[in-house]
Order: sequence, then structure tokens, then C-alpha cells
Amino acid sequence: MTAPTLAARPVTHPVADSLTMVRRRLVHMRRYPSLTIMLIGQPIVFLLLFAFVFGATMGAGLAGPGGGRTDYLVFITPTILLMTVASVALATALAVATDMTEGIVARFRTMAIARVSVLTGHVVGAVIQTAIALAVVLAVALLLGFRTGAGPLAWLGVVGVLALATVALTWFTVALGLAAGSVETASNTPMFLLLLPFLGSGFVTTDSMPAGLRWFAEHQPFTPIIDTLRGLLTGAPDLAAPAAAAVAWCVVITAASYLWAKRLYARRTDS
Amino acid sequence: MATEPAISVADLHHAYGTRPVLRGVDLDVAPGTVFALLGPNGAGKTTVVKILSTLVRADAGRLRVAGHDLATEPDAVRAAIGVTGQFSAVDGLLTGTENLQLMADLHHLPRARGRARTRELLEQFDLADAAGRPAGSYSGGMRRRLDLAMTLVGTPELIFLDEPTTGLDPRSRRDLWTTVRALVQTGVTVFLTTQYLEEADQLADDVGVLDGGRLVARGSPAHLKTLVPGGHVRARFAGHDDLAAAAGAVPAGVPDPDALTLQVPATGVPDLRALLDRLDAAGAAPDELTVHTPDLDDVFLALTGHATSTETTREVPAP
Ligand SMILES: Nc1ncnc2c1ncn2[C@@H]1O[C@H](COP(=O)(O)OP(=O)(O)O)[C@@H](O)[C@H]1O
Ligand SMILES: [Mg+2]
Repeated sequence: MTAPTLAARPVTHPVADSLTMVRRRLVHMRRYPSLTIMLIGQPIVFLLLFAFVFGATMGAGLAGPGGGRTDYLVFITPTILLMTVASVALATALAVATDMTEGIVARFRTMAIARVSVLTGHVVGAVIQTAIALAVVLAVALLLGFRTGAGPLAWLGVVGVLALATVALTWFTVALGLAAGSVETASNTPMFLLLLPFLGSGFVTTDSMPAGLRWFAEHQPFTPIIDTLRGLLTGAPDLAAPAAAAVAWCVVITAASYLWAKRLYARRTDS
Repeated sequence: MATEPAISVADLHHAYGTRPVLRGVDLDVAPGTVFALLGPNGAGKTTVVKILSTLVRADAGRLRVAGHDLATEPDAVRAAIGVTGQFSAVDGLLTGTENLQLMADLHHLPRARGRARTRELLEQFDLADAAGRPAGSYSGGMRRRLDLAMTLVGTPELIFLDEPTTGLDPRSRRDLWTTVRALVQTGVTVFLTTQYLEEADQLADDVGVLDGGRLVARGSPAHLKTLVPGGHVRARFAGHDDLAAAAGAVPAGVPDPDALTLQVPATGVPDLRALLDRLDAAGAAPDELTVHTPDLDDVFLALTGHATSTETTREVPAP
């Protein structure tokens, strides 16, 4: 019974279909550039706020009496880069949840196209959107006086860690978008992602925190990711421990979210 | 394959939770014909379409669509069908052209052919002027047309249309009927659902009436209409004398002295002509004539003994 049905099964084109879905998502982005601008603006506002309002005090606190705004800018730029990733991921949850309410997804399901291409389209599109946002945010940081002695190898590491984090957070928010019953929920649930850098090593060192908070800060995924990025940009000597933790977190989040998203997608679309 | 039905459904059952919606539906649709599934709101028409178009898995039933088993070869079914659902399935952020191009890409048409097909369909569905605007800004009728055009990009051999004209103005409805007829000319099989007997009458070779989870009637529209006593003419007269004269001349008529009307069973122009001749001969010229053609409510009442759930004020049926 299974042999003839397998033979009759038409070929699907997962790569071509995914690329088509990526193009669709990119057109959405182009049609409403205001959303992209808002996503990029959010981390830039944080960057300006922290650099100018808290910069001088925090810089002195970090680097001693000689320290100042520039020291703090160097300290928070990796954090802001990760927040940029989170900011775009928030929009991904929204885009996925909105998509699921539209009839077009039902249409896709009556067509002989690779099932997962709708989701991969969102993920790849989001990665491209994130790359653009990161480039803009980094340019603003450089304009404000952010400087690094990082060599090409260290930069490669930065790009690699950011890429891993982007893929992890994007699949995670795709799953959240699918899990949300409504577009409204989808815009609220991933908000905690923007809080995590504050409850970690994002804006202060964790050894300044009270015991309970400090324990949380040292065991949540954003801390090793930020520490690794910061270490790569400032040329810290030994990054093996945070880097291993960062990569492990990203891989685990990606794998778990991918499986969760796939299951949710199958369930959402098979009433 | 030529002799196999385009759709074959045997003993189809489906329930949402514990509430049964389909309780043993059987039907066959021959290739190249139009089948209309007729039923009021909530009868389960959309559920049938969703099951046959692979969106919902049936609880039970032997189902074959376009020569493939729905349960074991859903992808082969998907490759053969096109679906225009009850609710709009266009991407509101994309323009008309982009929506059609998206379909062309997903059908893996070569670039040039995809472009040509897009242009052709925009032209055919009178959307060329709006082609560059986001579909979200289209009117209901335009959106319907784009929806149908998207369904046709892959030149499917079998298409499903779920209430294609509900909510359309009469002109758009007629245009859509013309389009469906043209499609059938090219050999496409059409499975449509509707709440209007007139639509089934206009388009379908074969009609199935869905009620209580079963098909309560099957046949050609002409056959269905013979089951319906609702077709009649109502003549209104200036006074009681005329009404009495008319009632004397037309024994089949049912007079209503309060309204000064005579209701006469009639289903076509010959009946009408005969009626007028008789009234003329009796010297009772009516002030006003209204023709009532049977609608879904009449079909339902005749077939099931109860009215459709969308209750409308009914005239007293002829005894
Ligand atoms: N997803 C669903 N969950 C629960 N009940 C449903 C669902 N879809 C439809 N129904 C119910 O099943 C019945 C048939 O619905 P439907 O197939 O949409 O009818 P129609 O298309 O003829 O109006 C209705 O009573 C409807 O409320
Ligand atoms: Mg319906």
C-alpha cells in the first residue's frame, strides 16, 4: 500500500519554495519600511540613552576615576547589538501570528509546496532584516565614538555569535508567534526578551548584583552571549568558557524552538 | 483515469468535537462537469470543501480526488486542484501582480511563462488597472476575482469554489458565472458550494442538497425544481368582482380576498401565457403580476419538511 503511493508522490521543492517565501517577506518589509525603521530605532534609542544619560557615571564606575562615556559605550555596544537581534525577533513573532490569521496560509496548504517553507521564509527573511538592522546600529555606535582594536578573526567571531543568536531568537519567536492565540498576545509575550539584557551582564557587571539576581544573571543565556561579544571586541584573553556556553545556549534554543514551531505549525494548520 | 470520477466520496463522516457535522455523505463528480453543493449557512459545505482540498482530515470515509486517495496521497491531490475558499486568501500586503507572481513561483513556472500567465489573468479578470495596488485596498468583488485568478495560475484540472458569489453585487455575480462557464469549456471540473438555487441552476450539471449532515437530494437542477412546488404567479386585481371572475376562470388558483390576489402555480413562460389568455377571456385584467421562482427555501421545505435556518418570511404555500 505504501510503495505505489510513494511512487506517485510529486516532487516538492523545499529550497525553491523557501526562497519564494523569503521574497514574499522581503516585499512585506519593503512595503512598510516604517516597521523596519522602528525596529532599528528602538536599540538606537537605548544606545543614546545609556551613552549620554548614564555614560559618564557608569564609565567612571567601571573603569575607575579615569573612565568616562567612551568606556561605557564600549561596554554596552555588544549588549545593544544583541538587543537589536531581539528587537527584530519581536517583530517576527508578530509577523508569524498575523500570517496565521490570513487566508493566504490556508491557500498555501492546499498547494503542493514544501510545508515548512512558510516558516523558513519567515526565518531567513528575519535574518536578513536583522543583518541590516545590526549594520545600522553598529554604524551609529561608531559615530558616537565606539572604537575597537578587534582584528578580522575577532570580527568573524562577532558575526558568528550574532548569527547564532539571531537564528536562535528568530526560531524562538516564530514558535511564540505560532503559540499565540492572537496577534495581540504575539506582540506581548516576547517582550521579556528586551528585559533579559538588564537582568544579566548587559549594562552592569553581574558581581554588583544581589545574590539571587546575580545567580539568575549568571545562568541566563544572554549573559554568556554578551560576555563573548564583549570579550571579542575588547580583546579579552580567555573566552573559552563564555563562548562555549553561548554556543551551547544558541544551539539548544534553536533546536528546541524549531521542533516546537514545527509541531505548533502542524497543529495550527490541521484543525 | 478518464472514466474515474474527478471526486468520489463514500460514507464521509466528520465531527467538530462531539458535534457531528457530516453524517455519511456519498457523492461522485464526473470529470469536466460542475457539481453544486447546495445548503444553508452551517450545513457543512465549507467542511466538505476543506476535507476534499486536504485542509481538514475527515474522521471517516473513502475519499478520492483527481484520481488520488486523500488519506495517503495528499500532495498528489494538492498538485491537481485549485481552491478558492469562502474567505479571501490573498496577501493583502502584496499587489495584484505580486500575488499572482507568488502563485506562479510556487507552481515553479518558468520565469517568462509566469509573467505571461500573470498578465493574462490580470487581463481576464479585469484587474489590469489595479495590478500595481496592494490587494488590501481592493473592493470585495476585486478581491474575489484576484482570489479566483490566483487559483487558476497553475491551471488545475479540478477547482473548488466555496460560496464564490456570496456578498457580491448582481453584476459581479453574473461576471463570475460567465468565468466559471468559460472554465468548464476548457475541460476543468468544478465543485462549488452555494446557498442559491439560482446559482446552482445557472452553473451546475448536478446538484446535491446538504441537510442534517447528509445529502437529502441529488440530481440535475431541472429535476430538483420539479420537487419544488414554490413556482407561482400572483395576480392582483382592482376589485372583488374581477377577482371572483378570475378565480372562476382559473380553478387552480388560490384567491386571497383581503389582498385581492390570485395565486396560480406556474413554472414557465407557457404557463404564464396560458394564464393571461384565460384571464383575458374572462374579462378580468390584472392590475399587477408578480412571478415567484422557487428558491433555496422552497427546495428545503419541499425536501426536508423544515425551513432553512436563515428564516425568511414565507408566503403560505399552496395547499
Ligand atoms: N473549526 C470548527 N470548530 C468547531 N465547529 C465548527 C468549525 N468549523 C465549522 N464548525 C461548525 O460546523 C458547522 C458547519 O460549518 P460549515 O462547514 O462552515 O458550514 P457552511 O459552510 O455550510 O456554512 C457549523 O455549525 C459550524 O459552526
Ligand atoms: Mg461555508
